[in-house]
Amino acid sequence: MLLVLLLVPLFAAVILGFIGDRKFAPEINIAGSAATFVGGAGLALQVYEQGPMLAGGKFFFVDAFNVYLAVLTSFVSMTTAIFSRRYMRREKEHGRVGHVRMRFYHAMFQLFIFAMLLCLLTNNIGVLWIAMELATLSTVLLVSLYRTPTAIEAAWKYFILCGVGIAQALFGTVLLYFAAEKVLGEGGEALLWTNLSQVSGSLEPTVLSLAFVFLMVGYGTKVGLVPLHNWLPDAHSEGPTPISAVLSGLLLNIALYALVRCKVLVDGSTGTHRAGNIMMGFGLLSILVAAFSLLRQKDIKRMFSYSSIEHMGIATFAFGLGGPIATFGALLHMLVHSLAKSSIFFTVGHASQMHRTQEMDKIRGLFKGNGLVGWGLMFGVMAIVGMPPFGVFTSEFLILTATIKDAPLLTPFLLLGLGVAFAALFRRVQPMVSGDIPSYQKPIKVAHLPVLLHMVLVLILGVYMPAFLNNWFHTAVELLK
Amino acid sequence: MDLNVAAQLNSFLAAFVLLTAFGMLVQRRMYGLVHLFTWQGFFLSINTAVVGFVAGKHHLYISSILTLSLKVILLPYILHVLIRRLKVHKEVEVVVNIPMTMMMGIALVIFSYYLMAPVTQLSTLVTRSTLAVALATVMIGLLMMITRKHAVTQIIGFLAMENGLFFAATSATYGMPLVVELGVALDILIAAFIFGIFFFHIHTTFDSLDVDQMARLKEED
Repeated sequence: MLLVLLLVPLFAAVILGFIGDRKFAPEINIAGSAATFVGGAGLALQVYEQGPMLAGGKFFFVDAFNVYLAVLTSFVSMTTAIFSRRYMRREKEHGRVGHVRMRFYHAMFQLFIFAMLLCLLTNNIGVLWIAMELATLSTVLLVSLYRTPTAIEAAWKYFILCGVGIAQALFGTVLLYFAAEKVLGEGGEALLWTNLSQVSGSLEPTVLSLAFVFLMVGYGTKVGLVPLHNWLPDAHSEGPTPISAVLSGLLLNIALYALVRCKVLVDGSTGTHRAGNIMMGFGLLSILVAAFSLLRQKDIKRMFSYSSIEHMGIATFAFGLGGPIATFGALLHMLVHSLAKSSIFFTVGHASQMHRTQEMDKIRGLFKGNGLVGWGLMFGVMAIVGMPPFGVFTSEFLILTATIKDAPLLTPFLLLGLGVAFAALFRRVQPMVSGDIPSYQKPIKVAHLPVLLHMVLVLILGVYMPAFLNNWFHTAVELLK
Repeated sequence: MDLNVAAQLNSFLAAFVLLTAFGMLVQRRMYGLVHLFTWQGFFLSINTAVVGFVAGKHHLYISSILTLSLKVILLPYILHVLIRRLKVHKEVEVVVNIPMTMMMGIALVIFSYYLMAPVTQLSTLVTRSTLAVALATVMIGLLMMITRKHAVTQIIGFLAMENGLFFAATSATYGMPLVVELGVALDILIAAFIFGIFFFHIHTTFDSLDVDQMARLKEED
């Protein structure tokens, strides 16, 4: 199952690169992603029945923490592939992409999925870094797909800033290996997470604290934490919308996953809460800066990119806070944010195609223009700002409760951030969805399934937590203690 | 080889790596930069082989050959071709305030020594004294990316950073496990193709490779 999960996107990338922009290329893209999702679900079932497992000579490792992210990644990539079929066809009609770029787009999309899944499933911290870099590299040219000056600028920023950031993470990994080698002996074994987590108590604390600073800066850049977030709103808003959806919904999660794995090792070694405190600081700063930046956005995709920074800040803060409630909340938050945010990007993509612009002042009358897009966006925003009964409410409520209990002094700041984000998003979305249809709005065919599926899932997670998910989260909480 | 001699040889080569890093910080001509980068890769490759010999780590020979082929032959070749094709070889970059940049570079070296002191104390390897130099090389590459405004220069700064990281891995632990080193090399190779494509995109869109022109995406007040 694990091999299916990894090999399907890799093969799909090769096939799609080979056949090019045929009529059925989007369908192959969907089929590949669907097969990946089946593999992910199968793996989840296996792990659910048998518990954590090692595979491929300890090279791969699956536990409760990464298996749910793997299922999420394969699921969202499948729905994004479905969305992208209609969306990209429309973009082609508008003349924004040609045949060569479509071939490239499909192949790179699958390669990107492969890189993210490799990131999640590998047991080797070094390979984790490599896969993370691969995920960045495979999306750089997708961000600049439209070849407009702003798109190229955004992609260049993304390439350079993330390249620099991730280089710091490699230095951190070298230091981690330096400390691990003394305990575990040299060779590949010393970089395996399963080995490291067992001996984390005997790793040299001074080296690990230093390593964490580099890892935090490195992976933190990829998570989009303030003040390392400069590339994110550009990269997420200038590329094609399906790419925005997977960048915001999935890649940020993966980077946070890497950071949390490292944090566990560092905490185990130092025995203090310093790594957690650093994460809390970065997280809280991200929430506040992103919330206030939301107020001044004019571009719709840019605004939701800032919202992603805010939500990643919330999850980082919660992981930093630690404790069972906060960690549970953070795990749930990663899941529901990913579902809600990608669904928002689907509707936003359609809305900007209807108006041929991403400027919010020009997007009007979505309810009347297209029910699914209008209501989808409205419910998506309600979900993302944390209104009950959606899943984000549950996760934010848990995180808030834990904050009141463990770090009461920080509660006002957290509430301020959440409140400002709430107001900012509603102020912008209200005029876009209501009102009359402007003359330049053109009706388009939209992809219904992805939006509906995501919204239903977010709603279900808000009112009812399935037993298996609950189980996984509790196991993951134990793991991350 | 005597351990003492080996340690000295190691320090000697480290000094050259650092020297080329400083050279790149102030070099204004494109070809000059590529040459300096090539030399840095060369010293790195020799150093890796020496460390591999002294420590009896045979996988370091593979890393050394990998460095030689990638950073001394392939990447400089790609850069040469790109510079010629894009006709930027005559461009002399305006580098602001060279003495200031040098001072900052020196400060970074001192900072690196300070930061790495606890790690160096814990190490028993022959190469422990060069760990700080490796970090300094990373930092200087970073400084170069910040202070320079040309796309090619920024990429060379990026690659110099990568050199520093590779050097750090050799100094701290006699190299990362082979699978990781191969993966990193693969990533650099992909990155090389990407920036190659990028140079053409930037050139055709902006008519120059000066990244200062790319300032449209800003927060409006």
